[in-house]
Amino acid sequence: MYKIVDKKRLSDNVVQMVIEAPLIAKSIKPGQFIIIMVYEKGERIPLTVVTSDKEKGLITIVFQEVGKTTKLLGKKEIGEELYAVMGPNGNPFPIKYYGNIVLVAGGVGVAEVVPIAKALKEVGNYITTIVGARTKDLLFFTDVLGSISNKLYITTDDGTYGIKGLVTLPLKELLDNTHIDMVLAVGPTIMMRAVSDLTRGYNVKTYVSLNPIMIDGTGMCGGCRVTVDGKTKFVCVDGPEFDGHLVNFDELMMRQKTYIEQERLALKLLEEKNA
Amino acid sequence: MPRRTRVPMREQNPEDRIKNFDEVALGYSEDEALLEADRCLNCPKPRCIEGCPVGIDIPAFISLIKERKYREAYRKIKERDSLPAITGRVCPQENQCEKTCVLARTGEPVAIGRLERFVADYCVEDIQEIKKDPPNGKRIAVVGSGPAGLTVSADLAKLGYSVTLFEALHLPGGVLTYGIPDFRLPKDIIKREFDYVRALGVEFIPNVVVGKTILLDELLKDYGAVFIGSGAGAPVFLNVPGENLLGIYSANEFLSRINLMRAHRFPEYDTPLRIGKKVLVVGGGNVAMDSARVSRRLGADVTILYRRSREELPARLEEIKRAEEEGINFVFLATPLAFSGNNGWVDTVECQEMELGEPDESGRRSPIPKKGSTFTLKVDTVIIAIGNRPNPIIAKTTQGLEIGRHGEIIVDPITGKTSKVGVFAGGDIVSGSATVIEAMGAGRRSAMAMHKYLTTKVW
Ligand SMILES: Cc1cc2nc3c(=O)[nH]c(=O)nc-3n(C[C@H](O)[C@H](O)[C@H](O)COP(=O)(O)OP(=O)(O)OC[C@H]3O[C@@H](n4cnc5c(N)ncnc54)[C@H](O)[C@@H]3O)c2cc1C
Ligand SMILES: Cc1cc2nc3c(=O)[nH]c(=O)nc-3n(C[C@H](O)[C@H](O)[C@H](O)COP(=O)(O)OP(=O)(O)OC[C@H]3O[C@@H](n4cnc5c(N)ncnc54)[C@H](O)[C@@H]3O)c2cc1C
Ligand code: FES
Repeated sequence: MYKIVDKKRLSDNVVQMVIEAPLIAKSIKPGQFIIIMVYEKGERIPLTVVTSDKEKGLITIVFQEVGKTTKLLGKKEIGEELYAVMGPNGNPFPIKYYGNIVLVAGGVGVAEVVPIAKALKEVGNYITTIVGARTKDLLFFTDVLGSISNKLYITTDDGTYGIKGLVTLPLKELLDNTHIDMVLAVGPTIMMRAVSDLTRGYNVKTYVSLNPIMIDGTGMCGGCRVTVDGKTKFVCVDGPEFDGHLVNFDELMMRQKTYIEQERLALKLLEEKNA
Repeated sequence: MPRRTRVPMREQNPEDRIKNFDEVALGYSEDEALLEADRCLNCPKPRCIEGCPVGIDIPAFISLIKERKYREAYRKIKERDSLPAITGRVCPQENQCEKTCVLARTGEPVAIGRLERFVADYCVEDIQEIKKDPPNGKRIAVVGSGPAGLTVSADLAKLGYSVTLFEALHLPGGVLTYGIPDFRLPKDIIKREFDYVRALGVEFIPNVVVGKTILLDELLKDYGAVFIGSGAGAPVFLNVPGENLLGIYSANEFLSRINLMRAHRFPEYDTPLRIGKKVLVVGGGNVAMDSARVSRRLGADVTILYRRSREELPARLEEIKRAEEEGINFVFLATPLAFSGNNGWVDTVECQEMELGEPDESGRRSPIPKKGSTFTLKVDTVIIAIGNRPNPIIAKTTQGLEIGRHGEIIVDPITGKTSKVGVFAGGDIVSGSATVIEAMGAGRRSAMAMHKYLTTKVW
């Protein structure tokens, strides 16, 4: 079960993997995610399914190695199996004709947004995509997004590629000069907050895809709770996409840091072991 | 006349046991069991059986103990109870069989639960010769591997059905695995019961969320009937300000991190947990006791905050007693009004004092706020254990399934038949949070009804 059939490094710390998971391949819809466990003693972590092949029973994930679990996953090779892969979880993104859409993607969000972007394109939306990265070397998947989008902007913080600056720079220009029906931001929480803060002033409907810490992914633990419009929501069953103008981002960012000390320790021990 | 008091069961000392997760109650030896069994009067009209939610023939199995026929005693229990090693440990016997025992009128009732446990543990070494009917070619799907789902699976497999058991998590057992801690129900006991279910030929498929991975309607195409035993796994929060501060857990999250993910053994296991020195547990049921006692074992000073008084505590009596022995404090007649914190972490709980009013629909006196009386507590960690609701995933993704006000699936109480032809349900998903034995009993009744349905084809 859950055999890795393909693996490719997309950048220094971003890996793409194709995994056998026939039931998930058959049922997953854009916007939904899976939970994986690398091995028996591992954590359960949420990841997005980027593409799936119903016939072959395969799913593709793209992940960034940020801590112990994603690093262990990155070490798994073709032919090896994962201990658990479960899903799909969460709600499908509401795919329909909105009109003029701007997708804003940063970090590994560049891959996470792909299935939604494809589906939105298929129903006739006009899609402008803004991809942001710190520097040129961290860019990946721009060709994939480029082929889906009607228009693609790339920004780097240090100006090594495309527009110098943050994703909000071209976004503000678009908001000022064109009519936009919907914005979807997927990436680091801080980026999603900045996008939501900007679009609020223009009254443009803005979706964000939230990424809290999770365990079960089925609504059983409440660890993934966030405040949306003053109410507590469980991201795994009520989301993961929410109206960015209503999300309490400060609380989310605070909660994401709950285990920072343990995460550091786990990583340190892993590195010592590998050394 | 039998002795007025029951044979005590050996336990780990409180001072020792708060330093480990090993089982607290050590069980009867053969001699102790024989001595205790001797207290049973074998009443001509036994009242204990009425008190048992699944109607175990209690005097019969105790008589078999007296004759040292433990294996037969085990079979006798198994006629009604598919998981005796588990129910012998976790049933609230004081509200059931032991409550109605005639000896309870004048002294202590026969320790029926302890005898049940003795028999189940005694027979552990013997691989049970598995008797099952020849395959009948009919397929059954069971959703959820808690006590309800395990019982249905075993019962129908024995009748020759080909059973597939789907579980959302990576391990079987439901609350038995992720909720009840090792020191009350060791994991190898659950494993043993699960191995038995597997040995009957049940196919177990973990990591499948029915309603997401596979829709219930898809299952109905491939299987003759479906049983839903998805439990009441959705945690209830207080809905007061500050509840999303760091350091505030639902009991489900706290207990799952430990029981399912083994966070107490971090970094050997990867899942972390952060627990401070002063822990406040809100609630008064088994879930609250378990959360408190786990916290104690992780080195915390623990206080349980309950909105009614000691008498209304819904937890098993034995566990309340053990919690007290382990040095857990209780604050009664109070409930949190708000949480506040420092740097994002909770540090203060503002509480409302309560008093007891008229009995409510549960028959217990309902707590009402005492005007103007509030106080604050300093805390590092808070665990909310005020209840769980049925998980809504299946209800949300299935057409034609009648659902009640609290998200429970509506069924015929005898057969477990839902409003959807071919679909049965039982356990906490129907009753809301209840007990292991009731979930098992519901599973057993549904198994019979499913057998009848598939034999007669009449709904
Ligand atoms: C619905 C959902 C979908 C996701 N999809 C993807 C995906 O497709 N690809 C992918 O690479 N990641 C995805 N994530 C994030 C991913 O789950 C985390 O990166 C992962 O859990 C980190 O585990 P770790 O043990 O490697 O790192 P940890 O040791 O847990 O964390 C290491 C560092 O990463 C930060 N971090 C941890 N969790 C998150 C998080 N959820 N978001 C942002 N930073 C975090 C920590 O603060 C810490 O600084 C998704 C998250 C959610 C909730
Ligand atoms: C901490 C705690 C302590 C308790 N202590 C006691 C006690 O001492 N004595 C006692 O009698 N009772 C106790 N209880 C109550 C008892 O555990 C429950 O009443 C009982 O487990 C209910 O059994 P069930 O089979 O209905 O559901 P559960 O045990 O809840 O099992 C349901 C299973 O279904 C799975 N599931 C849910 N949705 C899906 C889906 N869509 N697809 C696939 N699988 C799904 C879940 O992951 C879970 O494994 C306690 C409960 C808790 C939480
Ligand atoms: S991850 Fe547990 S409720 Fe969402």
